[in-house]
Amino acid sequence: MSTDTELTDIVGGLQSKGTPVRDRIFMWALLVTLFIAISTLLVLIAYVTIKGWPRLDPKLWQNMPSIRRPENAGAQSAIMGTLWVISLTALFALPTGILAALYLEEFSHPDSKFQRFVEVNIQNLAAVPSIVYGILGLAVFARAMALGQTVITASLTLALLILPVLIISTREALRAVPRNIRDGSLALGATEWQTAWKQTLPAATPGIATGIILSLSRAIGEAAPLLLLGAVTFITFNPTGPLSGYTTLPIQIYNWTKDSREEFQILAAATIVLLLVILLLMNFTAIWIRNKTQKRW
Amino acid sequence: MTTPNQPGIRLAVSAPGMAEASILDSDIDKTEVFRLDDVTVRYGDYRAIRNVSLEVYKNEITAFIGPSGCGKSTLLRSFNRMNDLIPGARVEGTMTYHGTDLYGPKVDPIEVRRRIGMVFQKPNVFPKSIYDNIAYGPKVNGIKGKMDDLVEESLTKAALWDEVKDDLKKSAYALSGGQQQRLVIARCIAVRPEVILMDEPCASLDPIATAKIEDLMKELAVDYTIVIVTHNMQQAARVSDRTAFFTAEVDADEVRHGNLVEVGSTNAMFTNPRDPRTEDYISGRFG
Repeated sequence: MSTDTELTDIVGGLQSKGTPVRDRIFMWALLVTLFIAISTLLVLIAYVTIKGWPRLDPKLWQNMPSIRRPENAGAQSAIMGTLWVISLTALFALPTGILAALYLEEFSHPDSKFQRFVEVNIQNLAAVPSIVYGILGLAVFARAMALGQTVITASLTLALLILPVLIISTREALRAVPRNIRDGSLALGATEWQTAWKQTLPAATPGIATGIILSLSRAIGEAAPLLLLGAVTFITFNPTGPLSGYTTLPIQIYNWTKDSREEFQILAAATIVLLLVILLLMNFTAIWIRNKTQKRW
Repeated sequence: MTTPNQPGIRLAVSAPGMAEASILDSDIDKTEVFRLDDVTVRYGDYRAIRNVSLEVYKNEITAFIGPSGCGKSTLLRSFNRMNDLIPGARVEGTMTYHGTDLYGPKVDPIEVRRRIGMVFQKPNVFPKSIYDNIAYGPKVNGIKGKMDDLVEESLTKAALWDEVKDDLKKSAYALSGGQQQRLVIARCIAVRPEVILMDEPCASLDPIATAKIEDLMKELAVDYTIVIVTHNMQQAARVSDRTAFFTAEVDADEVRHGNLVEVGSTNAMFTNPRDPRTEDYISGRFG
């Protein structure tokens, strides 16, 4: 008798107990949250595209902003301003951030007080609101260093803003490179510097590229600190250099949405689409670079 | 600079009854590459392996065998100062390489590692092409000459050339585990070291790949001096000329640490071990 029961127990254990209700609820909850996230994005894109459609014409990037003739107004000065600012931001932030991360991850002593102090502060800086960076930029770059409200002031400020994120993500990427790659290099008589520069850093490139995408995307969409740094001025010329006045796309959008005329609302929507396109192009470039570096392995 | 061997010291450690084996194992004509005198390797306060004295001879394969945790890998990593990279690691006693103190104040660990190469337990190929894996070492060491020839020569010596000659630009990750390990050996050879240290080089390989590496080791011993750490006694018996047997022991403070039990010719060690612990280990009674 008892052996029969045991046998039934064993066989019974193999049969499906039916999908537990909890599993299903959990799966649906996941799908719903995913749907909320994606649908918000799609609604947003659809809304601005439909609203901005009438003004998604070449005038948008061929013409300068105009207060009197919204039907002919364009965002060229803002596009050029954004490109100037973001290029210089990348120029300042990328080498600094990547080298700082390389130092912290590969050369500095992990238990030293200095290292812990720096680490805590980088974490803190990543959480500082961007308007605070605007105030810093105004006080230090615009006034103390007398750079004025120019492209370079905006770039330096945005570079500071994205540095913590860049350092943190680069360190993560470096940390993901297996220890034995470093050991292999050092065992061949390479110096620690050669190992970091020629092995660890290239091996971490895909991860670093992701960090760069994220941080530059943040910088390109940032409006708050630039409000303090002169970008609000009505600008109808393209920047001519780092010390030129400027405006950027987020600020231009902000200026137009403030205007009560419907034409400007449409123009703002069209400019938002333009900003999104620039952002996507940047991301695709970075993803392309990442895939290319990965394939070479 | 080479130091002539001192047979007196070698014979002194031989138990009586072993004289015959020691004479067969004549070390008199051999060149001493490494000489360890009372070497202890510490991690902070922890003495991982203690009071090791032994010699490694030129163009021989010396095998370090013993159970897990006996410190044989730790000891191996101190031969080319890889332990320097671990915070708190320290070597006590004297360890000489051709008579020069490896841990002397003027010795550059980078230069040490160039002459004393290392192959690791898991094949650690670089995430680069096969060609670049080989070319990396010579480049960082400023070795001049035709890189293509050096790559071919190194791969040929590592018995890998015929398998990869058409795929030099392919990723090293595309190779099998055994091929990767031979690539690592080729990479090591490319910087023209004198010694190759191998830390359980076959631990992650199947028997066929293992056999290839073992054959390769024997071929390489003609040009290089090899020290290999292995868990596999048969491997030590198959490939090595000399064997050092280590154990893990617990001291009075209940701290586990490694000890050298004996060192001698592999033949003698496996047919007629001097120490009962060696006999127990090689006959499979523990470990």
